[in-house]
Amino acid sequence: MKPAAFDYYRPRTRREAIEVLIEVGEDARIVAGGQSLMAVLNMRLSQPRALVDIAAIDELRYIERRDGYLAIGAATTQAELLEYDFLADDVPLLAESLPWVGHFQTRNRGTVCGSIAHADPSAELPLCLATLGGEVVLETRRGRTRRIAGGDFFQGILTTERRPDELITEVRFPLKQEHHIYRFQEVAMRHGDFAIVALAADIGEREIQFGVGGVADRPIVRCLSRDDDLAEALNVLAWSLDAQNDAHASAAYRRHLVREMGRRLLAGETTEEEAADVYPSR
Amino acid sequence: MNSQVSLHDEPRTYIGKRQSRVEDEALLRGLGRYADDLAIPPGTLHAAVVRSPHAHARITRLVVDEALKRPGVRGVLTGEDVKLWASPFPVGVRQSMEHWCLAVDKVRHVGEPVAVVIAEDRYLAEDALEAVEVDYELLTPVVDPEAAADDEAPTLHEDVASNVVNDRHFRYGEPDTAFETAQRTLSLKVRYPRNACTPIECYVVVGQYDPAEGGYDVMANFQGPYALHSVMSRALQVPANRLRLRTPPDSGGSFGIKQGAFPYVVMMALAARKVGAPVKWVEDRLEHLQAASSATNRVTTIEAAFDDQGQVSALRFDQLDDCGAYLRAPEPATTYRMHGNLTGAYAIRHLEVRNRIVLTNKTPTGLNRGFGGPQVYFALERLMQRIAVELEIDPLDVIRRNLVPSDAFPYRCAAGALLDSGDYQRGIELGIEQGGLDELLARRDAARREGRRYGIGYTVAVEPSISNMGYITMAQTPEERRRAGLKNGAVSTATVSVDPMGGVSVHVSSTPQGQGHRTVAAQVVADVLGVSLESIRVDVELDTGKDAWSIASGNYSSRFAGAVAGAVHKAALKIHSRLVSIATQQWKVSAEDILFSEGRVYTQDGAHSISFHRLAGATHWAPGTLPESETGGLRETAFWTPAELTAPDEDERINSSLCYGFIFDYCGVAIDALTGRVEIDRYVTLHDAGRMLNPQLVDGQVRGAFAQAVGAALYEAFHYGPDGSFFSGTLADYLIPTTMEVPDPRILHMETPSPFTPLGAKGVGEGNNMSTPVCIANAVADALGDTVEPGDIELPLTPSKVRTLMGIEEPPRPEGVGEDSTETTAGGGSTLAASDDVEIPASPQRVFDSILDPDTLQAMIPGCHSLELTGENAYRADVTVGVGMIRARFDARVELTDLDPPRSLRLSGAGRSGMGDAEGAARIHLTEIEGGHTRLDYDYEVTIGGKIASVGGRMLSSASKMLIGQIFSRLSHQMSGAKVKRSLWQRIKHRLIDRGGDA
Repeated sequence: MKPAAFDYYRPRTRREAIEVLIEVGEDARIVAGGQSLMAVLNMRLSQPRALVDIAAIDELRYIERRDGYLAIGAATTQAELLEYDFLADDVPLLAESLPWVGHFQTRNRGTVCGSIAHADPSAELPLCLATLGGEVVLETRRGRTRRIAGGDFFQGILTTERRPDELITEVRFPLKQEHHIYRFQEVAMRHGDFAIVALAADIGEREIQFGVGGVADRPIVRCLSRDDDLAEALNVLAWSLDAQNDAHASAAYRRHLVREMGRRLLAGETTEEEAADVYPSR
Repeated sequence: MNSQVSLHDEPRTYIGKRQSRVEDEALLRGLGRYADDLAIPPGTLHAAVVRSPHAHARITRLVVDEALKRPGVRGVLTGEDVKLWASPFPVGVRQSMEHWCLAVDKVRHVGEPVAVVIAEDRYLAEDALEAVEVDYELLTPVVDPEAAADDEAPTLHEDVASNVVNDRHFRYGEPDTAFETAQRTLSLKVRYPRNACTPIECYVVVGQYDPAEGGYDVMANFQGPYALHSVMSRALQVPANRLRLRTPPDSGGSFGIKQGAFPYVVMMALAARKVGAPVKWVEDRLEHLQAASSATNRVTTIEAAFDDQGQVSALRFDQLDDCGAYLRAPEPATTYRMHGNLTGAYAIRHLEVRNRIVLTNKTPTGLNRGFGGPQVYFALERLMQRIAVELEIDPLDVIRRNLVPSDAFPYRCAAGALLDSGDYQRGIELGIEQGGLDELLARRDAARREGRRYGIGYTVAVEPSISNMGYITMAQTPEERRRAGLKNGAVSTATVSVDPMGGVSVHVSSTPQGQGHRTVAAQVVADVLGVSLESIRVDVELDTGKDAWSIASGNYSSRFAGAVAGAVHKAALKIHSRLVSIATQQWKVSAEDILFSEGRVYTQDGAHSISFHRLAGATHWAPGTLPESETGGLRETAFWTPAELTAPDEDERINSSLCYGFIFDYCGVAIDALTGRVEIDRYVTLHDAGRMLNPQLVDGQVRGAFAQAVGAALYEAFHYGPDGSFFSGTLADYLIPTTMEVPDPRILHMETPSPFTPLGAKGVGEGNNMSTPVCIANAVADALGDTVEPGDIELPLTPSKVRTLMGIEEPPRPEGVGEDSTETTAGGGSTLAASDDVEIPASPQRVFDSILDPDTLQAMIPGCHSLELTGENAYRADVTVGVGMIRARFDARVELTDLDPPRSLRLSGAGRSGMGDAEGAARIHLTEIEGGHTRLDYDYEVTIGGKIASVGGRMLSSASKMLIGQIFSRLSHQMSGAKVKRSLWQRIKHRLIDRGGDA
């Protein structure tokens, strides 16, 4: 479990980083926290010619509240975002979901944008981005940037709209909307494991943005009307995701969770497990 | 009772006290000396192992020329070398099957070593792995043990008629009569999964070859039993004194599994010989999970004859043990470790047993904490729970009615175990009282009133310790045993020495793996010699070239407290008696008057006193002043073996272990209605492990075993596909509970000292591995109630499995939503099948012709660098395939067959890469639709094996779907040019990939 040889670049500016990407082309990999990539390199499932480490690019390390959204730079770790004082006020869904992202040790290195870029179908941050309708900002040569809506960015398993010569410089999460309720719930084998099913909801006065992670090959978001028959809508959604059996959970179980956990999430019911936490001590 | 203990009733300053571990400070400060940390000889080379991606195949060609040309590569060890310099490992049953340290003709499990690349560092060695060319002819894999046992099943070993390589029947008492006359009988079939106790530190081996002596010197974190030393030396074709095997000072855990390091000891010894230099190999996590070892999975049919009160008169066990691809020594020990005490804590006089050992295309099994116990108790204690349910009585009443009576010890069990001591009834009462059973029952009532699923499970177990080396011969017939020579006993060794300055050193051959043997050995010696614990140095490294050892040496069967600490005590007493004899002669007093305490030796009346170091030092500095009986120097080795461990008798009774501790466990679990998750509300575990030498360490053993048992009960299992692919290659796939998932058990103790061990202690290290999985399963069964088929309670009880047992009522799939037949096989499935369609703006004839056109075909295949015609509609392709960051370059064959123009054809391909093998075929149907266009329907099946299947299981299905989909969307794109709606980027990307030959 030793990686194949690669060239290592540690640029100090995003321009330098992009120059390397252009020069090396598709054989370059961007590394930030390395929480997914390093394991893949060690197992030699990826043998890039070059690694471009963006962790030292200070200009990419920020959390900024701007007009209508929270911008998070590409070098910002998940732990830094979790420690951001106004997270529960600004983007409550992130405050709910971030504790589910790995473990505090992995959050200390793992970056917010790295998780988005990796596009693991069971990851929490891509699910939140898609559910909230956030954006990914990509930059390429000569400072040209483009912005892609979260829902469009994820193209399949580990596959995104990013081009090889582009650097994700930031992601933007829309700020909390007045009278909206945000909820997140997940089932994993152990805390911090890949989600078997993860659900995120942005519940507005009329509409609900309802996101499902861990089931399809990317986060799937449906807009539900509060006037709909939600049970029916959740059943349609559950069946539309092409759920698969794997070693830890059956497809039917995943559909069950989309329906039933979804119903409870939208109704604001606590689960028994949550209720059990307030039981008297064992 | 315990006359041996009271004989020297020395003041106990340390023994029996909660003593913190002397090992811990160094370990916590990062000063541990683990195998990988130790200095290696200059010029040491590093090994990486080529492993089979297939479960069952014949090696048709193995070429290392290319690998040898790679930078830094110094040699490649293959099956040919092994055949030249070594022998197959001796096997414990009489069957003509061969297991070599490297595959010589066939591979029989995924991950089986095929060649060893030896290079200047591990990176370079791994670089060259994929340059070793191996061609395989695939054979039908046999994965399920019951299917493997079928007469019609393909056999793993050609010269063996059946995969059932050992089949033995035993009958004790009169089981047939008991079953015929019983008021009731009940049968239960259960399966125990494959799992393992997974240490942080994997295997480490440094091999050296000395051509001058023709001997090998190997440092490895092997843990024993040292009976395997003879297996290794025989495989290496050297006398045992030409295989020097050394172990490191510290261990990163084993829990039994480092027994499985022994084939690598031989492999790296031969690798060193191959390159004429020391060779180091450090096993990585994928290698470990995939191919190190595992507990034996078992299918048991158990049957009881009992009366209306739940009194059991007879048991029948039919055990089918899946030992994997090879019967690796000491297997089939898993099957026989529990043999003498198969009736558990119960006085059941009639017993019938059938044991079959079956081989399958899986990793060979071996030692794992609990060894045989979890499998036996899962069947026995599930059955006892079922009897209670059947009779509608309290499970505790069924347990109580069958326990061995308190006044019956030592008690000879039906199959021969001699239960040394105990008071099981008192244990039950103590457990009920101190564990708060009444409160737990009230919690169950309250939870059930609220409509929650809550259950209570019970288990009683005897925990065997200090294995009889003779039990393994139970796999042989009495006749075979006689011919081979009877085996028995459990020799333990310890050495105590006192240096010229009075410093006390202790050596034990117990190769501890983190249990704290240094602490307990020091406690024992400190009490005997009256010196401080801190002044004693305990050496736990074992060097077979220099130290006292025997075949039973090593770390297994919870033998330290009962046997090894006893040998330490014996050795310390020898030193003690020599010093007493010196003092009595010098002081002219009687031996009884002499005391050892606080670093001094003195008479009770205070008339004489001398410091310990001066008295002991005299044996070095002034032996001439000592009594004539004194030879000088002060070093004593004690060997100890218990008389009770006799060989199997003519009636096939075997006292399989020396000591039998008692465990009474119960727990309450709540099951979440939504998720099916099992929450342990409270777990109570009572242990009687005889005299506790250090209660703090006893609690530590209980906690550790309990944590692993929670893993076995709720999380851990090695998953294999129907083709033998392995799916649990990372710790994100093989799930070990963390502190977050393991509740703190309530640990209770009682002490009935063993009359058979020097200090009255018994083993305690494995009990909860045996008792806890079934206790949790019984609680889950209680919570789920009668709606669940008893045999369906299978470990691990994952949320998905439990929720499925509760019944998932699915509303039907709405019309037009989702896809048919795209669900992959359960377990992650290495064979993936699905179907889809795509519309192409061209006529079926044009589409058909295009697919047959090599240029179009090349353009269709994503990442195809080149396509070379090798026959009619057959090609060799160089393809880079991947999703996201994961990609690999495949050497592939592509073929178009079953041509039925312009209606249908078959596109198939097979390729191999450094990350695994893939094989697939798509059946293509073309139908003309509106506007002269074509609807292309395809259904495909893809099989993926090797590393990528082991570590990427949860993504394989989506990834294959995407890649196959790309083939046909690219065809569509080819046929329609810009008409297919695509983003600018997708077009650029495709162009980039198409011309990616210079990658």
